[in-house]
Amino acid sequence: HFRLAAFCALLLLLFFCTGGKCEIQSSNPASPSANPPVVKPFDHEPQPFPEEEKANLPVFTMDYPRIQVPFEFTLWVLLASFAKIGFHVSHKITIWIPESCLLISIGLIVGAIMHSVKEEPPAVLSSNVFFLYMLPPIVLENGYFMPTRPFFENIGTVVWYAVVGTLWNSIGIGLSLFAICQIEAFGVQDINLQENLLFASIISAVDPVAALNVFEDIGVNEQLYIVIFGEGLFNDAVTVVLYNMFSFVADMPVVESTDVFLGVARFFVVGIGGVLFGFLFGFVAAFTTRFTYNVRQIEPLFVFMYSYLAYLVAELFAISSIMAIVMCAITMKYYVEENVSQRSCTTIRHVVKMLATISETLIFFFLGVVTITTEHEWNWAYILFTLLFAFVWRGLGILVLTQIVNPFRTIQFNYKDQFGLAYGGLRGAICFALVFTLPDNINRKNLFVTASVAIIIFTVFIQGISIRPILEYINIRRTNKDLNTINVEVHSRLMEHVVCGIEDLCGQWSHYYWKDKFKKFNDRVLRRILIRDSRAESSIVALYKKLELQNAMELLDTPMGDISAAPSIVSLHDEKLAASRPKKKFLAADVKKMHDILSKNMYQIRQKTIAFTSKHNLPNNSQAQEILIRRHQSIRRSIRPGSFRDPVVHKSQKYYSLQPGGNLESAFTLRRRSHGDGKVANRDSPRSSSRSLVPLSRLGTLRESDPRQQPGAPGVDTVDERGLGSLKGSSLRGRKAPLPAPRKPARPPPLPPPRGWVPDNQDSQEEGTGRPLIRHSSQGSRGSWRP
Amino acid sequence: MKISPAHIIRLYDRFEFLDKEGSGQLRLEDFAEVKELAMNPIGDRIIGAFFSPGQETVDFPSFVRILAHFRPTDKNRAKDSTQPEPVNSRTSKLKFAFQLYDQDRDGKISRAELLQVLREMLGMQVTEEQLESIADRAIQEADLDRDDAISFEEFRKSLEKVNIEHKMSIRFLR
Repeated sequence: HFRLAAFCALLLLLFFCTGGKCEIQSSNPASPSANPPVVKPFDHEPQPFPEEEKANLPVFTMDYPRIQVPFEFTLWVLLASFAKIGFHVSHKITIWIPESCLLISIGLIVGAIMHSVKEEPPAVLSSNVFFLYMLPPIVLENGYFMPTRPFFENIGTVVWYAVVGTLWNSIGIGLSLFAICQIEAFGVQDINLQENLLFASIISAVDPVAALNVFEDIGVNEQLYIVIFGEGLFNDAVTVVLYNMFSFVADMPVVESTDVFLGVARFFVVGIGGVLFGFLFGFVAAFTTRFTYNVRQIEPLFVFMYSYLAYLVAELFAISSIMAIVMCAITMKYYVEENVSQRSCTTIRHVVKMLATISETLIFFFLGVVTITTEHEWNWAYILFTLLFAFVWRGLGILVLTQIVNPFRTIQFNYKDQFGLAYGGLRGAICFALVFTLPDNINRKNLFVTASVAIIIFTVFIQGISIRPILEYINIRRTNKDLNTINVEVHSRLMEHVVCGIEDLCGQWSHYYWKDKFKKFNDRVLRRILIRDSRAESSIVALYKKLELQNAMELLDTPMGDISAAPSIVSLHDEKLAASRPKKKFLAADVKKMHDILSKNMYQIRQKTIAFTSKHNLPNNSQAQEILIRRHQSIRRSIRPGSFRDPVVHKSQKYYSLQPGGNLESAFTLRRRSHGDGKVANRDSPRSSSRSLVPLSRLGTLRESDPRQQPGAPGVDTVDERGLGSLKGSSLRGRKAPLPAPRKPARPPPLPPPRGWVPDNQDSQEEGTGRPLIRHSSQGSRGSWRP
Repeated sequence: MKISPAHIIRLYDRFEFLDKEGSGQLRLEDFAEVKELAMNPIGDRIIGAFFSPGQETVDFPSFVRILAHFRPTDKNRAKDSTQPEPVNSRTSKLKFAFQLYDQDRDGKISRAELLQVLREMLGMQVTEEQLESIADRAIQEADLDRDDAISFEEFRKSLEKVNIEHKMSIRFLR
């Protein structure tokens, strides 16, 4: 099965290769001639005899040059995409070999084919095409899906590694290579210091994509992940800046100290300028989306246009366009996702991912192609030493930098983390593109090209493939799962959740002074300006419906593990029976199955759920959705005192949706009135329904901790059963609504009523935008928790 | 061994930050404001652990006392049975975890309580029957005195191989 599919994929690839090649071939003879097979309307040459040439109507014509460019583009994209499909045929391949390797390999093959027929590949990796068209989508995706909270918590570290690390690498490698060049035997004496530095800055650009994928699968801690991610991102910006600086300097015959000083100043201008531009465009974009409620179809457009604009304008002023677009994306995302409709939001995310994936695929692919078809100059000494120095300096750099920055960090990097950081420093596309833009007056350009290609291929293949086994080896899991008892497995996970929760409660010592200040500023000023407030359709009811529908559809999509799991609807009465049934005997196979169920279905703690930044997947929200829905269920249950007296659960309702005419708002207002809780400020606003979530549980607290029966309880109870009973959240499997053991009214509540529904972190008092569900689950935005 | 003053100050800062109303006490809403706790499958239980039975608010000493459970254990502590068990010893940590299960404080984890926790921790694809089997198996493994519930001693025994000191500690509370 697998072999057949792989074979078909390979065939398709070959077909497209030859197809592409043929097209390119036919274009060449075609393009010189003005108009190919179309019949000439009249002859230019004077005719000896006034012959009547009868021009027949062409039935079938071909005009290739007209469509040549878009056609070839499409073919290349398709070819690369087919390659991608081919890789994912077998999951095993992609585990062990990073995708970039595979793409480069295919590119190499295609390049070889093209070279053998003496074709030139399209000039994709030339300066303009790469920097204006291929790089922005990738960087936009990085910025858009950046988890903001961990990022800003670690921003010091990230900037430290990116800026200082890259400088360290560049200067270190440059100087070492210059030292090597002095040795006559290697024959590279004509490369001066500036050129060495220039080259070194090029190869310091790190692209940790492959490393990130491995880290995700293994499950490194969040901090390490975000540092690598951020470093890779800012590293690009720093490299480009350094490159520009050094190339300017390389032209000058003599470097003076004022130039160095100017260089440093320019560095700051470029970096900070980029950030400011990004903020500016991000705010403008957010502001624009405030008014787009009537033109929902083009909402995604604004996101793309503004970020691209930020990039281009930054390029115009020669400041760091990468920083600009990243900052723009980060700023914009937060506000835009609140303003646009749900569909636009999904569209934006999907398109961002798609563009980035295409871009990246094409880049690696062309890396392979162009490798074969360019001119190379091989110099063993230079290239080998380059490899060596790149490796050594990166390792040293990480070591030294970490020693310096660790005391400032709350969660410090141990040696394993540092190794991961250092070894994960693969080189990628930026390096390649930059080397092609080297000015031609550098007489050893071909050597540099060859050296860059060598480094890229070496790091991507060797380091990329070996990083997984090495990391797994040094992270040996101590306990074999099968030796654990069910108890241990469950309790261990519980403890992990507890520790996670406590850590979150403590805020992990984040610098919440600034965070707090920013939050206040955000709430008072920014949100007022940038977010559209009154939107009737974003009431809690509509949200809930959406959420239920989504969850329902997802459950329909996921394969059901056990068909015999037709929902067994059991009521409290049955549970009593169950308690008295004889003890079952469990076979080893049963126990193994239980272990499987546990390991697949137990919720991960937040540190493991970093899949949102995977380059190949969209963010996966199902865990958060489920948890939130579950909590909503338990709120409902715990608030209805009647539920404890009444064992009969609404068995028939597997699929809960708002009853026609049933209105959450009316149910809430009824309840609020009946309790007349004065403690909660009843502000008049269109969003009173969302506000009522605050009194909801607060009332619950009062009611349940108070042994006396509230006078209004029976009345509320009936309201519950009618209005809210239908809204029991999606316990779609018909699992019986778990009922706590029946209790006497005098006892304290077993569980304080969960309060998960407070409209998001910022302000239950103020804005209460009423989209906590959407924000938590479907969009899962703002970084702190995006499963 | 006490928590260092620097930590106490930080904890107090955090306490103040959480205490939105500035009343000097934390209420349920304040805990629920912490977004990440809402996303925690057992977030409610964790919050509940801070509130003594019958109490509605948490003052700062209680807050710290609960958090002190998570300080890394002092491995060099001499086992002195005359002194009260420090709050971050292995036993105390286990007791904390035990109480998360045992919500009705009767000293035993009943089958229903275990089921409840399992429901919270497992995804929605798991059926009721599977849950019940898991719960049954867990009780079978741990229950030595055949009362169909897990007492604290049985709980402790079932976890004897697990490094509780490591699992239930938070580094920066040292």
